[in-house]
Amino acid sequence: MADVLLEGRDLKKYYPVTKGLLQRTVGWVRAVDGISFTIERGKTLSLVGESGAGKTTTAKAVLLLERLTSGSILFEGKELYRFSRSQLKTEYRPRVQSVQQNPWSSMNPRMRVRDIIAEPLVVNTKQSKKQIRSRVLELLEHVGLSSDGADHYPHEFSGGQRQRIAVARALALNPSLVVLDEPVSALDVSIRAQIMNLLKDLQEKHNLSYLVIAHNLATVRYMSHSVAIMYLGQIVEYGEAEALFKRPLHPYTKALISASVLTLPKDDDQEIKQIILSGEMPSPLNPPPGCRFHTRCAEAIPACSEAVPPLRKVGGDHHVACIRV
Amino acid sequence: MSKIILQVEDLHTSFFTRAGEVKAVDGVSFYVREGETFGLAGESGCGKSVTALSILRLLPEPAGQIIGGKIILDGTNLLELDKKEMRAYRGKMISMILQDPMTSLNPVFTIGNQIAESVRLHQGLRDEKAEEEVVSALRLLNIPSPETILGEYPFQMSGGMRQRVVGAIAMSCYPRLLIADEPTTALDATIQAQYMALFKDVQKKTNVAIIYITHDFGVIAQMCHRVAVMYAGKIMETATTRELFEAPKHPYTSALINSVPRLDRKDERLYSIEGQPPSLMNLPPGCRFAPRCPIAKAVCREQEPPEVKISSGHSVSCWRVK
Repeated sequence: MADVLLEGRDLKKYYPVTKGLLQRTVGWVRAVDGISFTIERGKTLSLVGESGAGKTTTAKAVLLLERLTSGSILFEGKELYRFSRSQLKTEYRPRVQSVQQNPWSSMNPRMRVRDIIAEPLVVNTKQSKKQIRSRVLELLEHVGLSSDGADHYPHEFSGGQRQRIAVARALALNPSLVVLDEPVSALDVSIRAQIMNLLKDLQEKHNLSYLVIAHNLATVRYMSHSVAIMYLGQIVEYGEAEALFKRPLHPYTKALISASVLTLPKDDDQEIKQIILSGEMPSPLNPPPGCRFHTRCAEAIPACSEAVPPLRKVGGDHHVACIRV
Repeated sequence: MSKIILQVEDLHTSFFTRAGEVKAVDGVSFYVREGETFGLAGESGCGKSVTALSILRLLPEPAGQIIGGKIILDGTNLLELDKKEMRAYRGKMISMILQDPMTSLNPVFTIGNQIAESVRLHQGLRDEKAEEEVVSALRLLNIPSPETILGEYPFQMSGGMRQRVVGAIAMSCYPRLLIADEPTTALDATIQAQYMALFKDVQKKTNVAIIYITHDFGVIAQMCHRVAVMYAGKIMETATTRELFEAPKHPYTSALINSVPRLDRKDERLYSIEGQPPSLMNLPPGCRFAPRCPIAKAVCREQEPPEVKISSGHSVSCWRVK
């Protein structure tokens, strides 16, 4: 039996759309519409999708930065709504930390690196100044920065180094789960590999679980144990990373992979066979009936527009929501 | 072989700041043929965008100055033109697409108006004639129902559609050379694939030469016929796309290719280049990649390597390449 750290069950987040003087609700933006997933201890789950797919909303829900419309989150088997306010503060929030996409805006430019990394410790623990000081130096070492950096300001560091500082801050409280929202997409190509390798090393060393939000499939394949492909607020394919990348089943996953795989030009301009989707993602305010992808799907049949296909098991841990599979 | 439309020779562009001279482009040479897509690849700060702005002569003056070299477009050295002559080239002979479609369109003018601007200026067309040209530019970029879109504003369109409009503005006068600076970076993966396919099609129809600036090797593989890899203001290696990926010669090129995770295989551990690019104000002596290079030897740290041609269309600047 797998050691499940966090589980999301049928999560939904609808944002009201209001109109007029009285702010009457005239509709709902279905940002996340009934998704379920599990994150195992020491493993990485990646949520993949294009903008508007609902991946960041999901991450915010896990971080308790958004109140869910419905659904429940279980942490170590215990439902989050059973936690009292003070329990959340001591037993949940410190153990779930995050690293944001942009290391230029995720740190206070007026604080020294020492204070940035120490802040979670100051807020959440009753450690002495001396203990905090030595912990900060230890964290800097964990992320591959020299301790001389502690008294500098964020602007004195490069993007890659800042992202290391952000990782050190996230690790300060010894969390079990770190939410990584596009952790490398703001960095330069040659720096990305450094940060990805660092994250993998830290995961192994501290038995960390990661929830990665990403749009770059190659990054995801390198980082993850399991993957959920999202489209318009729903998971269309979910499973163990290797199985999913070796044998993608959902037409959307296939198109995404085809769009990101490295295809070399063939001799003399032979056309590369690539799946190119027509149109764009519909508005989550008014999602199409049935399968949400059918408006852009090349394999769609009339039945696709009738009922929402359930996410069903197709062997092993591999789930797909498509009636054509 | 089609004819060479743009030849850049030993281009030097510097920014003069209070702290000193920043050598953003330090001796860059390349050429682009008609109907060809030439990629300029590299990390941020390597000088790829400054090269593009130098060709268009749109550097922020007086800080940015072209201090040497030649930029020859179809027989004319652009650096010898006066401001007025250059203005007639921009938009007509050379045009550019920028990264972010939201900031390159004016939010208070309609789409039709913004495309018509260059048609009016460069082709002297008015009213219905201008509108006809605008509609045909929108058709070229495969924009559905162009007649109705003329009266719309940028905020009414999606990111992908906006970037097509930017493409339509760039192509409206049928330029000989199009410079695309990270045109798909702000777009989603499936929209990016649409856009690239569209541009290949546009190129086939108009035979325009494209300089494609990007840091994404996946995009290079799909779009470009030939590529130059830049590092700290210099071209390290120039090759056909196929050769660059299959037999990269410069250690920086192969390190970059190996540090990008691949979708078609599982990498156990990525190769990572240690350290960071040098400051352009204070370049290391010798090869500028030497401080980060795993195979650097003494000569690399002392003398700058010359550009060596190893086959037709493949040249590299590295002492270790025989």
